[in-house]
Amino acid sequence: MNSRIRFLVPALMLLSTALPVHADNHTVSQVKKSFSVPVVKAKIGDTIEFRNDDDFAHNVFSLSDSQSFDLGSYKKGEVRSVKLATEGVIEVECAIHPDMKMKIEVKK
Amino acid sequence: MPARSSTQRFPLPLALLFCLLLMGAVVANESDPWLRPASAPAPADNLPNDARIALGEMLFFDPRLSRKANMSCASCHNPALGWSDGLPTATGFDMQTLARATPTIINTAFNPIQMWDGRKGTLEEQALGPIEAGGEMNMPLPEMVTRLKSIHGYAPKFEQAYPGLGISEITVARAIASYERTVLSTESPFDRWRKGEAQAIGDSARRGFELFTGKANCAICHMGYNFTDNGFHNIGVQDSAADVGRFAQRPLKSMRGAFKTPTLRDIALTGPYMRNGAYRTLMEVVEHYDRGGDDKTNLDINMTPLNLSPAEKADLVAFMESLTGAPRDVRVPVLPH
Repeated sequence: MNSRIRFLVPALMLLSTALPVHADNHTVSQVKKSFSVPVVKAKIGDTIEFRNDDDFAHNVFSLSDSQSFDLGSYKKGEVRSVKLATEGVIEVECAIHPDMKMKIEVKK
Repeated sequence: MPARSSTQRFPLPLALLFCLLLMGAVVANESDPWLRPASAPAPADNLPNDARIALGEMLFFDPRLSRKANMSCASCHNPALGWSDGLPTATGFDMQTLARATPTIINTAFNPIQMWDGRKGTLEEQALGPIEAGGEMNMPLPEMVTRLKSIHGYAPKFEQAYPGLGISEITVARAIASYERTVLSTESPFDRWRKGEAQAIGDSARRGFELFTGKANCAICHMGYNFTDNGFHNIGVQDSAADVGRFAQRPLKSMRGAFKTPTLRDIALTGPYMRNGAYRTLMEVVEHYDRGGDDKTNLDINMTPLNLSPAEKADLVAFMESLTGAPRDVRVPVLPH
Protein backbone atom coordinates (compact mmCIF):
# COMPACT_ATOMS: atom_id res chain seq x y z
CA MET A 1 0.00 0.00 0.00
CA ASN A 2 2.75 2.45 1.01
CA SER A 3 4.68 1.70 -2.14
CA ARG A 4 1.54 2.39 -4.18
CA ILE A 5 1.14 5.81 -2.52
CA ARG A 6 4.79 6.55 -3.05
CA PHE A 7 4.19 5.90 -6.75
CA LEU A 8 0.84 7.68 -6.93
CA VAL A 9 1.85 11.01 -5.39
CA PRO A 10 4.60 11.89 -7.89
CA ALA A 11 2.36 10.66 -10.69
CA LEU A 12 -0.47 12.96 -9.64
CA MET A 13 1.92 15.87 -9.24
CA LEU A 14 3.24 15.27 -12.73
CA LEU A 15 -0.31 15.10 -14.08
CA SER A 16 -1.34 18.33 -12.38
CA THR A 17 1.49 20.27 -14.05
CA ALA A 18 0.70 18.74 -17.42
CA LEU A 19 -3.03 19.62 -17.33
CA PRO A 20 -3.98 23.10 -18.64
CA VAL A 21 -5.13 25.61 -15.98
CA HIS A 22 -8.81 26.36 -16.38
CA ALA A 23 -9.29 29.77 -17.98
CA ASP A 24 -12.15 31.95 -16.76
CA ASN A 25 -14.32 34.55 -18.41
CA HIS A 26 -15.01 37.81 -16.57
CA THR A 27 -17.70 40.20 -17.73
CA VAL A 28 -17.39 43.93 -17.14
CA SER A 29 -20.34 46.10 -18.04
CA GLN A 30 -20.18 49.71 -19.12
CA VAL A 31 -23.24 51.38 -17.71
CA LYS A 32 -24.09 54.99 -16.80
CA LYS A 33 -20.70 56.03 -18.13
CA SER A 34 -18.88 53.81 -15.63
CA PHE A 35 -17.32 50.38 -15.49
CA SER A 36 -19.42 48.03 -13.39
CA VAL A 37 -16.43 47.13 -11.21
CA PRO A 38 -13.29 49.10 -10.34
CA VAL A 39 -10.97 46.08 -10.30
CA VAL A 40 -10.98 42.59 -11.79
CA LYS A 41 -8.59 40.00 -10.36
CA ALA A 42 -7.74 37.44 -13.01
CA LYS A 43 -4.97 35.19 -14.27
CA ILE A 44 -3.07 34.74 -17.48
CA GLY A 45 -5.27 33.03 -20.05
CA ASP A 46 -8.52 34.47 -18.70
CA THR A 47 -10.76 36.54 -20.95
CA ILE A 48 -12.35 39.85 -19.98
CA GLU A 49 -15.56 40.60 -21.85
CA PHE A 50 -16.52 44.28 -21.97
CA ARG A 51 -20.24 44.67 -22.57
CA ASN A 52 -21.70 48.07 -23.49
CA ASP A 53 -24.99 48.58 -21.64
CA ASP A 54 -25.18 52.32 -22.31
CA ASP A 55 -27.19 54.03 -25.03
CA PHE A 56 -24.02 55.47 -26.51
CA ALA A 57 -20.72 54.15 -27.77
CA HIS A 58 -17.70 53.27 -25.67
CA ASN A 59 -14.10 52.52 -26.65
CA VAL A 60 -12.31 50.39 -24.08
CA PHE A 61 -8.53 50.44 -24.28
CA SER A 62 -5.31 50.14 -22.34
CA LEU A 63 -1.90 51.60 -23.04
CA SER A 64 -0.34 49.84 -20.03
CA ASP A 65 3.16 48.45 -20.31
CA SER A 66 2.10 44.96 -19.25
CA GLN A 67 -0.57 44.66 -21.96
CA SER A 68 -2.07 47.18 -24.35
CA PHE A 69 -5.19 46.83 -26.46
CA ASP A 70 -7.77 48.94 -28.28
CA LEU A 71 -11.24 47.42 -28.59
CA GLY A 72 -12.46 50.28 -30.81
CA SER A 73 -15.84 52.04 -30.58
CA TYR A 74 -18.92 49.90 -30.16
CA LYS A 75 -22.57 50.45 -29.40
CA LYS A 76 -25.10 49.22 -26.86
CA GLY A 77 -25.47 45.46 -26.62
CA GLU A 78 -22.10 44.70 -28.19
CA VAL A 79 -19.42 42.75 -26.35
CA ARG A 80 -15.72 42.91 -27.10
CA SER A 81 -13.11 40.95 -25.27
CA VAL A 82 -9.44 40.74 -24.49
CA LYS A 83 -7.42 37.69 -23.47
CA LEU A 84 -4.93 38.30 -20.70
CA ALA A 85 -1.41 37.44 -21.74
CA THR A 86 0.94 38.91 -19.15
CA GLU A 87 1.22 39.18 -15.41
CA GLY A 88 0.80 42.67 -14.02
CA VAL A 89 -1.65 45.51 -13.60
CA ILE A 90 -3.53 46.73 -16.66
CA GLU A 91 -5.01 50.22 -16.43
CA VAL A 92 -8.18 50.30 -18.51
CA GLU A 93 -10.03 53.41 -19.70
CA CYS A 94 -12.67 54.45 -22.18
CA ALA A 95 -11.11 56.59 -24.90
CA ILE A 96 -14.34 58.49 -25.46
CA HIS A 97 -15.02 59.09 -21.75
CA PRO A 98 -11.68 59.41 -19.94
CA ASP A 99 -13.29 59.60 -16.51
CA MET A 100 -14.16 55.91 -16.94
CA LYS A 101 -11.29 53.95 -15.40
CA MET A 102 -10.70 50.46 -13.98
CA LYS A 103 -7.87 47.97 -13.41
CA ILE A 104 -7.21 44.35 -14.20
CA GLU A 105 -4.80 42.61 -11.81
CA VAL A 106 -3.34 39.67 -13.65
CA LYS A 107 -1.59 36.81 -11.79
CA LYS A 108 0.15 33.77 -13.22
CA MET B 1 -69.74 66.01 10.46
CA PRO B 2 -70.30 64.54 6.99
CA ALA B 3 -67.28 63.42 5.03
CA ARG B 4 -66.36 65.81 2.24
CA SER B 5 -66.03 64.55 -1.27
CA SER B 6 -62.65 64.59 -2.95
CA THR B 7 -63.89 67.41 -5.16
CA GLN B 8 -64.54 69.48 -2.11
CA ARG B 9 -61.10 68.75 -0.71
CA PHE B 10 -59.38 69.55 -4.02
CA PRO B 11 -61.66 71.73 -6.14
CA LEU B 12 -61.90 70.88 -9.81
CA PRO B 13 -60.38 74.13 -11.14
CA LEU B 14 -57.34 73.62 -8.91
CA ALA B 15 -57.03 70.02 -10.02
CA LEU B 16 -57.11 71.10 -13.66
CA LEU B 17 -54.50 73.77 -13.01
CA PHE B 18 -52.29 71.20 -11.31
CA CYS B 19 -52.57 68.89 -14.32
CA LEU B 20 -51.73 71.73 -16.70
CA LEU B 21 -48.68 72.61 -14.63
CA LEU B 22 -47.52 69.01 -14.75
CA MET B 23 -47.91 68.94 -18.52
CA GLY B 24 -46.03 72.19 -19.04
CA ALA B 25 -43.34 72.09 -16.43
CA VAL B 26 -41.05 69.79 -14.58
CA VAL B 27 -41.70 69.65 -10.87
CA ALA B 28 -38.75 71.08 -9.00
CA ASN B 29 -36.33 68.38 -8.02
CA GLU B 30 -33.17 68.92 -6.03
CA SER B 31 -31.50 66.00 -7.78
CA ASP B 32 -32.48 67.09 -11.29
CA PRO B 33 -29.45 66.15 -13.42
CA TRP B 34 -30.12 69.11 -15.73
CA LEU B 35 -29.71 71.70 -12.95
CA ARG B 36 -26.27 73.00 -12.13
CA PRO B 37 -24.84 72.58 -8.61
CA ALA B 38 -24.65 75.81 -6.63
CA SER B 39 -20.88 75.95 -6.60
CA ALA B 40 -17.94 74.43 -8.40
CA PRO B 41 -15.64 71.86 -6.79
CA ALA B 42 -12.15 72.95 -5.77
CA PRO B 43 -9.06 70.97 -4.70
CA ALA B 44 -8.29 70.80 -0.98
CA ASP B 45 -5.02 72.66 -1.44
CA ASN B 46 -6.66 75.55 -3.23
CA LEU B 47 -10.00 76.23 -1.62
CA PRO B 48 -11.29 79.59 -2.82
CA ASN B 49 -11.48 82.69 -0.66
CA ASP B 50 -11.92 86.38 -1.43
CA ALA B 51 -8.20 87.13 -1.54
CA ARG B 52 -7.45 84.27 -3.93
CA ILE B 53 -10.32 85.16 -6.23
CA ALA B 54 -9.38 88.85 -6.24
CA LEU B 55 -5.76 88.03 -7.06
CA GLY B 56 -6.85 85.62 -9.79
CA GLU B 57 -9.09 88.31 -11.23
CA MET B 58 -6.14 90.70 -11.49
CA LEU B 59 -3.92 88.10 -13.11
CA PHE B 60 -6.70 87.09 -15.53
CA PHE B 61 -6.98 90.66 -16.80
CA ASP B 62 -3.27 91.52 -16.64
CA PRO B 63 -1.58 91.69 -20.08
CA ARG B 64 1.84 91.75 -18.41
CA LEU B 65 1.55 87.97 -18.13
CA SER B 66 2.29 87.81 -21.86
CA ARG B 67 5.75 88.23 -23.36
CA LYS B 68 4.92 91.52 -25.08
CA ALA B 69 2.65 92.66 -22.25
CA ASN B 70 -0.18 93.05 -24.73
CA MET B 71 -2.38 89.96 -24.19
CA SER B 72 -4.19 88.80 -21.09
CA CYS B 73 -6.30 85.69 -20.50
CA ALA B 74 -9.27 87.97 -21.09
CA SER B 75 -8.02 88.92 -24.56
CA CYS B 76 -9.34 85.60 -25.80
CA HIS B 77 -11.66 84.67 -22.92
CA ASN B 78 -13.50 87.97 -23.13
CA PRO B 79 -16.43 88.21 -20.70
CA ALA B 80 -18.17 90.57 -23.13
CA LEU B 81 -18.19 87.79 -25.73
CA GLY B 82 -19.34 84.85 -23.66
CA TRP B 83 -15.82 84.39 -22.22
CA SER B 84 -14.64 83.58 -25.72
CA ASP B 85 -13.55 85.93 -28.54
CA GLY B 86 -16.26 85.88 -31.19
CA LEU B 87 -13.74 84.67 -33.76
CA PRO B 88 -13.77 81.42 -35.76
CA THR B 89 -10.34 80.57 -34.36
CA ALA B 90 -8.19 82.34 -31.81
CA THR B 91 -5.69 85.12 -32.48
CA GLY B 92 -2.39 84.46 -30.75
CA PHE B 93 1.10 85.88 -30.34
CA ASP B 94 1.92 88.64 -32.86
CA MET B 95 -1.65 88.45 -34.19
CA GLN B 96 -1.17 85.01 -35.71
CA THR B 97 -4.34 83.06 -36.42
CA LEU B 98 -4.43 79.80 -34.45
CA ALA B 99 -5.95 76.49 -35.53
CA ARG B 100 -8.65 76.15 -32.89
CA ALA B 101 -11.49 78.24 -31.57
CA THR B 102 -11.21 79.79 -28.12
CA PRO B 103 -13.42 77.68 -25.86
CA THR B 104 -15.58 79.55 -23.39
CA ILE B 105 -14.51 79.19 -19.78
CA ILE B 106 -18.09 79.32 -18.50
CA ASN B 107 -18.54 76.34 -16.13
CA THR B 108 -15.18 74.87 -17.06
CA ALA B 109 -14.69 74.55 -13.30
CA PHE B 110 -17.00 71.54 -13.42
CA ASN B 111 -14.94 69.77 -16.07
CA PRO B 112 -12.50 67.07 -14.97
CA ILE B 113 -10.48 67.56 -18.15
CA GLN B 114 -9.47 70.77 -19.92
CA MET B 115 -8.62 71.99 -23.45
CA TRP B 116 -10.13 70.84 -26.74
CA ASP B 117 -7.84 67.81 -26.72
CA GLY B 118 -7.91 67.18 -22.98
CA ARG B 119 -4.20 67.67 -22.53
CA LYS B 120 -4.70 69.32 -19.14
CA GLY B 121 -6.57 67.94 -16.17
CA THR B 122 -7.24 70.54 -13.52
CA LEU B 123 -7.77 74.27 -13.87
CA GLU B 124 -4.50 74.75 -12.00
CA GLU B 125 -2.70 72.74 -14.69
CA GLN B 126 -4.56 74.51 -17.46
CA ALA B 127 -4.02 78.06 -16.26
CA LEU B 128 -0.34 78.25 -17.19
CA GLY B 129 -0.70 76.49 -20.57
CA PRO B 130 -1.76 79.46 -22.72
CA ILE B 131 0.66 81.79 -20.89
CA GLU B 132 3.71 79.77 -21.90
CA ALA B 133 2.44 78.45 -25.27
CA GLY B 134 4.61 79.88 -28.04
CA GLY B 135 1.65 80.65 -30.26
CA GLU B 136 -0.38 82.27 -27.52
CA MET B 137 0.97 84.53 -24.78
CA ASN B 138 4.47 83.15 -25.39
CA MET B 139 5.77 83.96 -21.93
CA PRO B 140 8.43 81.69 -20.37
CA LEU B 141 7.15 80.97 -16.90
CA PRO B 142 10.36 81.92 -15.02
CA GLU B 143 10.21 85.28 -16.82
CA MET B 144 6.57 85.66 -15.85
CA VAL B 145 7.47 85.16 -12.19
CA THR B 146 10.34 87.64 -12.42
CA ARG B 147 8.09 90.22 -14.03
CA LEU B 148 5.36 89.81 -11.43
CA LYS B 149 7.94 90.17 -8.64
CA SER B 150 9.04 93.45 -10.22
CA ILE B 151 5.48 94.82 -9.88
CA HIS B 152 5.62 95.73 -6.22
CA GLY B 153 1.90 95.94 -5.73
CA TYR B 154 1.53 92.22 -6.36
CA ALA B 155 3.59 90.94 -3.40
CA PRO B 156 1.03 91.86 -0.70
CA LYS B 157 -1.78 90.44 -2.82
CA PHE B 158 0.01 87.09 -3.10
CA GLU B 159 0.86 87.14 0.61
CA GLN B 160 -2.75 87.74 1.49
CA ALA B 161 -3.97 84.98 -0.85
CA TYR B 162 -1.24 82.40 -0.26
CA PRO B 163 0.59 83.29 2.98
CA GLY B 164 4.25 82.31 2.91
CA LEU B 165 4.18 80.88 -0.59
CA GLY B 166 5.28 84.01 -2.45
CA ILE B 167 4.98 84.70 -6.16
CA SER B 168 5.55 81.49 -8.09
CA GLU B 169 4.21 79.52 -11.01
CA ILE B 170 2.16 77.51 -8.54
CA THR B 171 0.52 80.48 -6.83
CA VAL B 172 -0.18 82.20 -10.17
CA ALA B 173 -1.89 79.04 -11.43
CA ARG B 174 -3.86 78.60 -8.21
CA ALA B 175 -5.08 82.19 -8.19
CA ILE B 176 -6.20 82.13 -11.84
CA ALA B 177 -7.96 78.80 -11.25
CA SER B 178 -9.72 80.29 -8.21
CA TYR B 179 -11.04 83.13 -10.35
CA GLU B 180 -12.11 80.76 -13.14
CA ARG B 181 -14.15 78.79 -10.61
CA THR B 182 -16.33 81.87 -10.22
CA VAL B 183 -17.15 82.04 -13.94
CA LEU B 184 -20.38 80.12 -13.75
CA SER B 185 -23.53 80.19 -15.81
CA THR B 186 -26.42 82.16 -14.40
CA GLU B 187 -29.97 80.89 -14.14
CA SER B 188 -31.39 80.47 -17.62
CA PRO B 189 -35.01 80.24 -18.78
CA PHE B 190 -34.42 76.48 -19.14
CA ASP B 191 -33.37 76.27 -15.46
CA ARG B 192 -36.45 78.17 -14.35
CA TRP B 193 -38.60 75.78 -16.39
CA ARG B 194 -36.92 72.78 -14.79
CA LYS B 195 -37.63 74.31 -11.40
CA GLY B 196 -41.32 74.50 -12.19
CA GLU B 197 -41.93 77.83 -13.89
CA ALA B 198 -44.12 76.56 -16.71
CA GLN B 199 -43.96 79.65 -18.89
CA ALA B 200 -40.21 80.22 -18.55
CA ILE B 201 -39.67 78.76 -22.01
CA GLY B 202 -41.98 78.57 -24.99
CA ASP B 203 -43.57 75.59 -26.69
CA SER B 204 -40.87 75.49 -29.35
CA ALA B 205 -38.06 75.25 -26.78
CA ARG B 206 -39.98 72.55 -24.90
CA ARG B 207 -40.33 70.52 -28.08
CA GLY B 208 -36.65 71.20 -28.73
CA PHE B 209 -35.71 69.64 -25.39
CA GLU B 210 -37.72 66.55 -26.27
CA LEU B 211 -35.85 66.31 -29.56
CA PHE B 212 -32.54 67.02 -27.83
CA THR B 213 -33.01 64.06 -25.51
CA GLY B 214 -34.81 61.91 -28.08
CA LYS B 215 -34.85 61.85 -31.86
CA ALA B 216 -31.94 64.22 -32.37
CA ASN B 217 -29.76 62.22 -29.96
CA CYS B 218 -27.85 65.30 -28.77
CA ALA B 219 -27.91 64.35 -25.10
CA ILE B 220 -25.79 61.24 -25.53
CA CYS B 221 -22.84 63.66 -25.63
CA HIS B 222 -24.28 66.96 -24.37
CA MET B 223 -25.54 65.36 -21.16
CA GLY B 224 -26.33 66.72 -17.72
CA TYR B 225 -26.39 70.22 -16.25
CA ASN B 226 -23.24 71.28 -18.06
CA PHE B 227 -24.38 69.70 -21.33
CA THR B 228 -21.17 67.76 -21.82
CA ASP B 229 -20.01 64.19 -21.29
CA ASN B 230 -16.46 65.51 -20.91
CA GLY B 231 -15.76 63.08 -23.70
CA PHE B 232 -14.12 63.14 -27.12
CA HIS B 233 -15.86 62.68 -30.46
CA ASN B 234 -15.10 63.10 -34.14
CA ILE B 235 -18.29 64.76 -35.35
CA GLY B 236 -17.26 65.12 -38.98
CA VAL B 237 -16.51 68.85 -39.20
CA GLN B 238 -14.76 69.79 -42.44
CA ASP B 239 -11.26 71.00 -41.67
CA SER B 240 -8.51 71.77 -44.16
CA ALA B 241 -5.99 71.82 -41.30
CA ALA B 242 -6.45 68.07 -40.61
CA ASP B 243 -6.22 68.62 -36.86
CA VAL B 244 -5.76 65.22 -35.16
CA GLY B 245 -7.28 66.49 -31.89
CA ARG B 246 -7.33 64.02 -29.00
CA PHE B 247 -5.22 61.54 -31.00
CA ALA B 248 -2.13 63.55 -30.00
CA GLN B 249 -2.85 62.61 -26.38
CA ARG B 250 -4.33 59.15 -26.89
CA PRO B 251 -3.05 57.50 -30.09
CA LEU B 252 -6.14 55.39 -30.69
CA LYS B 253 -8.04 55.17 -33.96
CA SER B 254 -11.31 56.63 -32.68
CA MET B 255 -9.50 59.64 -31.27
CA ARG B 256 -8.16 60.89 -34.60
CA GLY B 257 -10.05 64.11 -35.26
CA ALA B 258 -11.93 63.83 -31.94
CA PHE B 259 -12.41 66.87 -29.70
CA LYS B 260 -13.93 67.46 -26.29
CA THR B 261 -17.67 68.00 -26.12
CA PRO B 262 -18.18 71.69 -25.24
CA THR B 263 -20.78 72.96 -22.81
CA LEU B 264 -23.97 74.40 -24.27
CA ARG B 265 -24.50 76.78 -21.35
CA ASP B 266 -24.76 80.37 -22.65
CA ILE B 267 -24.42 78.92 -26.11
CA ALA B 268 -26.15 81.88 -27.77
CA LEU B 269 -23.22 84.06 -26.62
CA THR B 270 -20.30 81.87 -27.65
CA GLY B 271 -20.40 81.60 -31.43
CA PRO B 272 -18.93 80.93 -33.92
CA TYR B 273 -19.37 77.24 -33.19
CA MET B 274 -17.34 74.04 -33.44
CA ARG B 275 -13.66 73.72 -32.54
CA ASN B 276 -12.64 75.51 -35.75
CA GLY B 277 -15.47 78.04 -35.81
CA ALA B 278 -17.00 76.42 -38.89
CA TYR B 279 -20.52 77.73 -38.22
CA ARG B 280 -21.80 81.19 -37.39
CA THR B 281 -25.30 80.23 -36.23
CA LEU B 282 -26.92 77.53 -34.13
CA MET B 283 -29.12 76.62 -37.10
CA GLU B 284 -25.98 75.84 -39.11
CA VAL B 285 -24.87 73.58 -36.26
CA VAL B 286 -28.21 71.76 -36.27
CA GLU B 287 -27.99 71.37 -40.05
CA HIS B 288 -24.54 69.80 -39.60
CA TYR B 289 -25.88 67.17 -37.23
CA ASP B 290 -28.95 66.64 -39.40
CA ARG B 291 -26.61 65.70 -42.26
CA GLY B 292 -24.81 63.30 -39.94
CA GLY B 293 -21.59 65.29 -40.29
CA ASP B 294 -19.65 66.12 -43.46
CA ASP B 295 -16.21 64.53 -43.26
CA LYS B 296 -16.99 60.83 -42.71
CA THR B 297 -13.37 59.86 -42.10
CA ASN B 298 -13.21 58.21 -38.70
CA LEU B 299 -16.65 59.58 -37.83
CA ASP B 300 -18.00 58.85 -34.32
CA ILE B 301 -20.36 55.87 -34.61
CA ASN B 302 -23.03 57.81 -32.72
CA MET B 303 -23.29 60.17 -35.71
CA THR B 304 -26.10 59.35 -38.15
CA PRO B 305 -28.38 61.54 -40.31
CA LEU B 306 -31.34 62.74 -38.24
CA ASN B 307 -34.01 63.55 -40.87
CA LEU B 308 -35.28 66.53 -38.93
CA SER B 309 -38.05 68.70 -40.35
CA PRO B 310 -37.51 72.48 -40.62
CA ALA B 311 -39.83 72.94 -37.63
CA GLU B 312 -37.85 70.44 -35.56
CA LYS B 313 -34.61 72.23 -36.38
CA ALA B 314 -36.15 75.51 -35.28
CA ASP B 315 -37.29 73.84 -32.05
CA LEU B 316 -33.77 72.65 -31.30
CA VAL B 317 -32.41 76.16 -31.82
CA ALA B 318 -35.12 77.59 -29.55
CA PHE B 319 -34.18 75.08 -26.88
CA MET B 320 -30.48 75.90 -27.07
CA GLU B 321 -31.23 79.61 -26.89
CA SER B 322 -33.12 78.94 -23.65
CA LEU B 323 -29.82 77.81 -22.08
CA THR B 324 -28.47 81.34 -21.96
CA GLY B 325 -28.80 83.10 -18.64
CA ALA B 326 -28.87 86.75 -17.70
CA PRO B 327 -25.49 88.47 -18.00
CA ARG B 328 -23.53 88.51 -14.76
CA ASP B 329 -21.76 91.62 -13.63
CA VAL B 330 -18.08 91.39 -14.41
CA ARG B 331 -15.62 93.70 -12.74
CA VAL B 332 -12.46 94.72 -14.55
CA PRO B 333 -9.95 95.27 -11.75
CA VAL B 334 -7.41 98.04 -11.35
CA LEU B 335 -4.05 96.30 -11.69
CA PRO B 336 -1.16 96.63 -9.25
CA HIS B 337 1.88 98.77 -10.08
